[in-house]
Amino acid sequence: MMSVSVDTQFVHKIWNETELSKMVEGGVPFPMIADAAGHLGAVYGVYDDEAGVDVRGRFIIDPDGIIQAMEVLTPPVGRKVEESIRQIKAFQHVRETEGAEVTPSGWEPGKKVLKPGPDLVGRVWEVWKPGDE
Amino acid sequence: MAEKAIGCARPTGSVVGEEPAQEASSQGQKKEEEVAVSKIMVGRKAPDFAAPAYHQGEFKQVKLSDFLGKWIVLCFYPGDFTFV
Repeated sequence: MMSVSVDTQFVHKIWNETELSKMVEGGVPFPMIADAAGHLGAVYGVYDDEAGVDVRGRFIIDPDGIIQAMEVLTPPVGRKVEESIRQIKAFQHVRETEGAEVTPSGWEPGKKVLKPGPDLVGRVWEVWKPGDE
Repeated sequence: MAEKAIGCARPTGSVVGEEPAQEASSQGQKKEEEVAVSKIMVGRKAPDFAAPAYHQGEFKQVKLSDFLGKWIVLCFYPGDFTFV
C-alpha cells in the first residue's frame, strides 16, 4: 500500500502526527508519497490540472507490475477498503489458478468460481445465478 | 537507494523508465508526462516512478519497481488535511 497526494512529505509527516495517528494506532504504516508537481498523477491519468490536485484514483498492481484494477472517484466520496481487499483476493485466486478459474460478480473467497471453457458457453445460468455470491 | 539530503525545495516525484505507450503523433514531444496523454490501461504495465515519501518517521525515496513481486495498492487522494 502506498498513498500519493500533491502535498510534500513534510506535510505528510505533520498530518500523520497531528491527525491520522489519532485515528490509526501507530500512525500510517505505509509510505506517503509526495507528488508536488503532479507528475505521477498525470501519468496515471488522475491529475486534475485545474484544481492542481490528484483526484481519488486507486490502482491494484500485481507482482509483475501489471495494473489489474483501477477506480477513480471525484473528491467528495471516499472509497471502501473492503472492496479493494475483495478484488485483490479475487485477482490472487485467478493468478494462482493461472486463469483456469475466474470469479463471478460479488465473489468472496470460498464462494463459487467459474471455469471458462467451451462447455460453459451459454450455460453459466446452470451453475451460477445472482445471489450465489 | 542513496538518501537525498532533505533540503528546503519542494521535491516531487517523477516518472522513471520507459514511457507508457503514447499516440504516434506525440513522439516528438518532450516531457510527455506533463501533457497528460497518459495511456494507462488495466492489463498493461504500471508506469514506474521514483518519489520522495514519508514513512514511519523517516523521509525516503520510494520507487515503484522496487516492489515487484508484491501486490501493490496505489492510492491517490486530493490532499492532506482535507475531509474525506
